[in-house]
Amino acid sequence: MDSSKLLGITTFIYMFSSVIYLGMFIFRVKKIGLLATVVTIIGLLVNTAGIGMRWLESYQMGIGHAPLSNMYESLVFFAWSIVLLYIIIEFVYKNKIIGAFAVPFAFASMAYASLSPEFSDRINPLVPALQSNWLIAHVFTCFIGYAAFAVACGTGIMYLVKLRDKGESPDGLLSTLPPLKVIDDITHKIILFGFIWLSAGIISGAVWANSAWGTYWSWDPKETWSLITWFIYASALHARFTRGWGGKRIAWISIIGFLAVIFTYYGVNFLLSGLHSYGAS
Amino acid sequence: MKKNKNTFWEFFASVKLALFCFFTLAIASIVGTIIPQNEAPSFYLQKYGVKAAEVFRLLNIPDMYNSWWFVSLLSLFSINLIVCSIDRLPTVWKMVTMDNLATKVGRLEKMTPRQQFGSPKPMQEVVAEVEQTLSDAGWKPSRRERDGGTLLFSQKTPWVRFGVYIVHLSILVIFAGAIIGTLFGAKGSIMVREKSIVPYYYDRGSQMQVPLGFDLRVNDFSLTYYDTGAPKEFRSDLTVIENGQEVLNKSIVVNDPLNYKGFTFYQSSYQAYDEYWITVQNQNSGERKTFLARPGTEIKWREAGVTLGIVNLMQPDRWGRYRLKIWFSDGKGEPSVFWLDGETLVSVERLDGAFAFKSEQLFATGLQIAKDPGVWPVYIGCTMMLLGLIIAFFLSHKRVWVYIYDEENKTKLLVAGSANKNKVGFESMYDTLVEKLEENETLQLSKV
Repeated sequence: MDSSKLLGITTFIYMFSSVIYLGMFIFRVKKIGLLATVVTIIGLLVNTAGIGMRWLESYQMGIGHAPLSNMYESLVFFAWSIVLLYIIIEFVYKNKIIGAFAVPFAFASMAYASLSPEFSDRINPLVPALQSNWLIAHVFTCFIGYAAFAVACGTGIMYLVKLRDKGESPDGLLSTLPPLKVIDDITHKIILFGFIWLSAGIISGAVWANSAWGTYWSWDPKETWSLITWFIYASALHARFTRGWGGKRIAWISIIGFLAVIFTYYGVNFLLSGLHSYGAS
Repeated sequence: MKKNKNTFWEFFASVKLALFCFFTLAIASIVGTIIPQNEAPSFYLQKYGVKAAEVFRLLNIPDMYNSWWFVSLLSLFSINLIVCSIDRLPTVWKMVTMDNLATKVGRLEKMTPRQQFGSPKPMQEVVAEVEQTLSDAGWKPSRRERDGGTLLFSQKTPWVRFGVYIVHLSILVIFAGAIIGTLFGAKGSIMVREKSIVPYYYDRGSQMQVPLGFDLRVNDFSLTYYDTGAPKEFRSDLTVIENGQEVLNKSIVVNDPLNYKGFTFYQSSYQAYDEYWITVQNQNSGERKTFLARPGTEIKWREAGVTLGIVNLMQPDRWGRYRLKIWFSDGKGEPSVFWLDGETLVSVERLDGAFAFKSEQLFATGLQIAKDPGVWPVYIGCTMMLLGLIIAFFLSHKRVWVYIYDEENKTKLLVAGSANKNKVGFESMYDTLVEKLEENETLQLSKV
């Protein structure tokens, strides 16, 4: 079993898992909740095995490096981070509905990695700029942060959906969602978590840049967009202390913030030029 | 401290200003990622037209992140950080250092979580026992006689209330580091050919030569490739020479620079030349000499009576492999003509003995040079930021009070607690503590 096969299977498991979570939410079938969790955990294990196998394969090829070096590998790791984080959240909050708003992100990431013709799943050797111990630290911190923001975007959407619940029908679709206050609290906590990792990601990137190029900050588009993202989430954290900036605006910020994350991660590589060009292959 | 509550102060201390700064900085930053930075004026003229180029010039868009208005925004942000911290710190300081044994019993009666108990034991014994139980549970209390009763108090991590301010301060420390770097740092680059010595570099801004204060010699540059043809390693072998003495030797690669006297030398680029180092050794005498040869030119090694030259070559392919056709004569017999395959050693038999040949392509290495005394403040700021964020987000100031008093000759206890964050987590901690008190057989507590 090689890594490509394992990661292909992962894509299908995440699709299946997304369908179960969405089905659970839309058709209000609580009974399949356990199945959803089990399938997701299996998906996570296969995903982990796939990443581990790919790591091993790179050593067998004599160009050993952590599988975090191009767009394909980062999308796979992004999916892994989202699911890991979501599973932890499910256990902490004992709420499976969030899965319907979180696991599809992981599926989308895997599907994009496997289906998009522009990314190859070939294992390539590391170019000199990436040959550093900072590679793992930088990519790991960034993607844990990105994953948190993906889940926060999911709960933000959940909040806006729930807002339309006028409480008219006690067994309506939206009544299965947790109360607004709870969703808001979850979103806030996930943003706090993501913010620390994003900060760590930006900082590790700065330290790395300084050890490779002699400049910790050069206003390169990727750096700048990560800072823009940081500002957006910083505003979400401060909005709580401002009157009239309650749940609804923070839910919107969590969505806008995630769009900024996507642009930082993906858009910059293709639309803007800069130092951070390794990701484009 | 008396607060200076005028509207001016309030404006600079406000969260609204912080939000304004976040949004304007974010939006302004986008501009600089879309419009290429630091290009020549003609670039903007061609790409955006005369009018736009003029507007760009006025707003300093080509160097946006150093423009007066962007720096002003950053300054406004800094002032906001400083003023809001000064504004709120006294209150936080009071919360951290306050005398919690002076807390009014009436306030304890309104706290959540709180619980009341009765005990058949005399007050003094209960106080001693509760003190012991709290200490054993890791909540060592202080005590004070109050209103005919005894108040015990214990707290954990009151200083975490400063967490947010550590984060605010960290941003200012990072800015300070950046300013130190701008004022006292230097950035530049230099392209140096192998076996050359340079005592200077070119400043990035002015393009002027700046003396290093010592000499830097590039001994060798090497470039290796993966089987795919992708570059594997750029390596420069450098020696620092000061007052004629070799003081430091280091081979640098992209992620591993050379540091000397505040300067750091980074491997950044290279240039390949159509010239080759050719080393010739007379294997009888052991005499050896290296020449820099350009294809088609004759080289004379007078002491050895030798003439040689590159008469033909196959240019380096994408793995850097090349071949040189060498013409060689030592004045005895027919000249030798043979191929040198890249860097492999070739031995040629002559009438008087053998000569060995080795070649290497000539490179120049491109070095980035940086001197930034602001890096350490920046790193300290970054560490402070991460620690501050962890403190501010995940730790809470937890307080527990036990008021033990006498009511109609019966001993009563009021157990109250409070935490500034993560109330759910704190309540389970509080419950564990209360359970320990309830399990204490000496106390014989009963719920009231």
